[in-house]
Amino acid sequence: MAFDKMELREVEVWDGNFAAAQALRQAQVDVVSAYPITPSTPIVEGYAKFKSDNYVEGEFVMVESEHAAMSGCIGAAAAGGRVATATSSQGLALMSETLYQASGMRLPIVLNIVNRALAAPLNVNGDHSDMYMVRDSGWIQFDAFCPQEAYDLNFIAFKVSEDHDVRIPAIVNQDGFMTSHTAQGVKTLTDDEAYGFVGEYKPMNDMLDFDHPVTHGVQTEEDWHFEHKARQHNDMMTIVPGKIDEAFAEFEKLSGRKYNQVECYDMEDADVAVVCMGTSVETAREVAREMREQKGIKAGVVGLRVIRPFPFKAIGDALKDVKAVAALDRSAPGGAAGMLFNEIAGSLFNTDSKMLLSGYIYGLGGRDLTKKHLVDLYTELQANADAGKVLTQQQQFIGVRGPKLAYL
Amino acid sequence: MLEIRWHSRAGQGAVTGAKGLADVISTTGKHVQAFAFYGSAKRGAAMTAYNRVDDEMIMNHEKYMEPDYVFVIDPALVYTSDVTINHKDTTKYIITTHLSKEELIKAQPKLEGKEVYTVDCIKIAQETIGRPIPNTPMLGAFMKISGMYDIEFFKESMQRILKKLPQKIIDANMVAIQRAYDEVK
Repeated sequence: MAFDKMELREVEVWDGNFAAAQALRQAQVDVVSAYPITPSTPIVEGYAKFKSDNYVEGEFVMVESEHAAMSGCIGAAAAGGRVATATSSQGLALMSETLYQASGMRLPIVLNIVNRALAAPLNVNGDHSDMYMVRDSGWIQFDAFCPQEAYDLNFIAFKVSEDHDVRIPAIVNQDGFMTSHTAQGVKTLTDDEAYGFVGEYKPMNDMLDFDHPVTHGVQTEEDWHFEHKARQHNDMMTIVPGKIDEAFAEFEKLSGRKYNQVECYDMEDADVAVVCMGTSVETAREVAREMREQKGIKAGVVGLRVIRPFPFKAIGDALKDVKAVAALDRSAPGGAAGMLFNEIAGSLFNTDSKMLLSGYIYGLGGRDLTKKHLVDLYTELQANADAGKVLTQQQQFIGVRGPKLAYL
Repeated sequence: MLEIRWHSRAGQGAVTGAKGLADVISTTGKHVQAFAFYGSAKRGAAMTAYNRVDDEMIMNHEKYMEPDYVFVIDPALVYTSDVTINHKDTTKYIITTHLSKEELIKAQPKLEGKEVYTVDCIKIAQETIGRPIPNTPMLGAFMKISGMYDIEFFKESMQRILKKLPQKIIDANMVAIQRAYDEVK
C-alpha cells in the first residue's frame, strides 16, 4: 500500500476531535475538503497531519470558506469518492446552503459537527444551536456523548450513509470542548478492523464513470421537486432506521460496544426521566443513579443517539410509562418550545400515555450543567409525578442568572 | 474519584500536562478525563485545566469541581486568581513559587490553614529545559506528594508521551521531573 498503517494501543487517551480524526484516517477517506473553525479545527488539522506523515492516501483540499468546503465535498462525492469534513457554529451556518444540495443530490458525505453556540454574542463554547439549525436539512444525524462515541459513530456514519439503499449524507455531532477537547480513554480498532467494517467505497452514479454518463445537480420545478423531496423523506422514514440498526448490530459484533437509536439508562422502572443529548446524557446518568441510591427516586435517562431520522416510536416506547419527563434543549428556542419538547410531545400525542412533560432550556454558550442542577431537576420532576400534574410552567431555564424565566 | 485543578497561563502547558498525566494513569487501567477552560483566551491569559481519575468509567462532564489537588504552575496566579475556589477541607495545593511556604502564606493569607506544598517549577524548567514551561516538573512534584506511582515508572511513561520531542528535550524533562520530585516541600 502507498501509505503507512498506524499502531494504536488498545486504549488511547484521546479527545473527541482526535478520535474523529483517527476515524477519518482509518476509514481511508478519499477527499477531505475543509475550512477550520473552533472547536472543530483539530479534526481536519489532525487529518492533514496524517496526510503529511503519509498515513493517508487521500486528498486534503484547503478552501476559502465553509461554503466552499462542503461544495468541494459535494463535487468529490459526485465524482465517486469517500468524503468527509468537519465544522462548527458560524462555519456550519455558512455551509448550510450546501448541506441541502448534498442531501438533495443523495451524496454520501460524513460531516463532523463539533457543536458550538451561534453568535451574537460571539461564543466559541458548546451548545446545540448549530445542530438544531440544520436538523431539517435532510441529513442523517448521530450524536456522541463522549470521545469514544465520536470515534465509533464516524465508522457507523460512513457505513449507513454510503449504503446504496440509503445514499444520504450523515452528520456526527459531538459537544464542543466538553467532548471535543476532553481527553478520555478511547478503545481503538486496528486499522484493518476499522477499514474492514466501513468497507471499500462502492461508487454509484459517479461522474468519473464515463461509460455511464449521469447528471448531478439538476433543476426540477413544480413538476418533479415534490416527488424528489417526498421520496427522500420516505427513505429516511422507512429505510434508514433499519440500516442504522444493522450498522449498530454489526459494530457491536466487531467492538462489543452496543448502540441504540434511543439510549435508555435506568429506565425499566423509572418514575421520572430526563431526555437530553451530548455529554449531558452521561452526567445525568450519574445523577440518576445517585437519586436512586440516596433519595429513593426512581430516576432514569434517555439519550438521543439518532436525531434524524427522529426515532419517533422508540422514544415513545421508552417514555410511555414514565410519570414525569423533562426535555432538555441546549439551544435558544427563539419563541417556541424546545425541539426535544416538541418532538417528544409529538411522539406521545394520540397515545394512552399519561406522561407529564416539561421543557428546560440549559447550557447555552457552554454554561455548565452541574450535578446539582440535575438533582434539583429530578426533585422537581418527582414533585410533578407525586402531584399528578406539572406544578411549574412548561418551559423553564436551568442555570441562567437574573430573575426566574418561565413560560407556557 | 480523584480530581485535580490546574491554574496556569495559556502557553505554559497545563493542557499538555493534564493530558499527559491522564495518559500515564490510563495505562494502569484506571479511567481518566482531562479538559480545560480556555475559550478564546490568548497566550498568557489565566486559565484552568482539570483531571478526573476513577476506577470506573467517568460519566460526569460538569465543569464544576471540588478538587483534591490544586496545581498552580505560574507564581503570580496565587495573587490574581482565586486558587482556593470550591475547595474541600482536604484539598492539597502544590504551588510554583520562589518563596518559602511561610512567605507565600503571608503574601496570600487565603492559603492559611491549607495543606500547601511549594516547588519552583519555573526555575527548574528554565535551568533544565531552558524554557519556563513548568508542566512536567509539576507532575514530578505531584508524584512525590501523592505517592501515586514510583518516580521511575512515571518518568518512563513520560518518555513515551514526550517521544515526538528531540531527545535532548526529553532528557531535560526527565531531569526537571526528578528535580521537582526531590525539591518539593
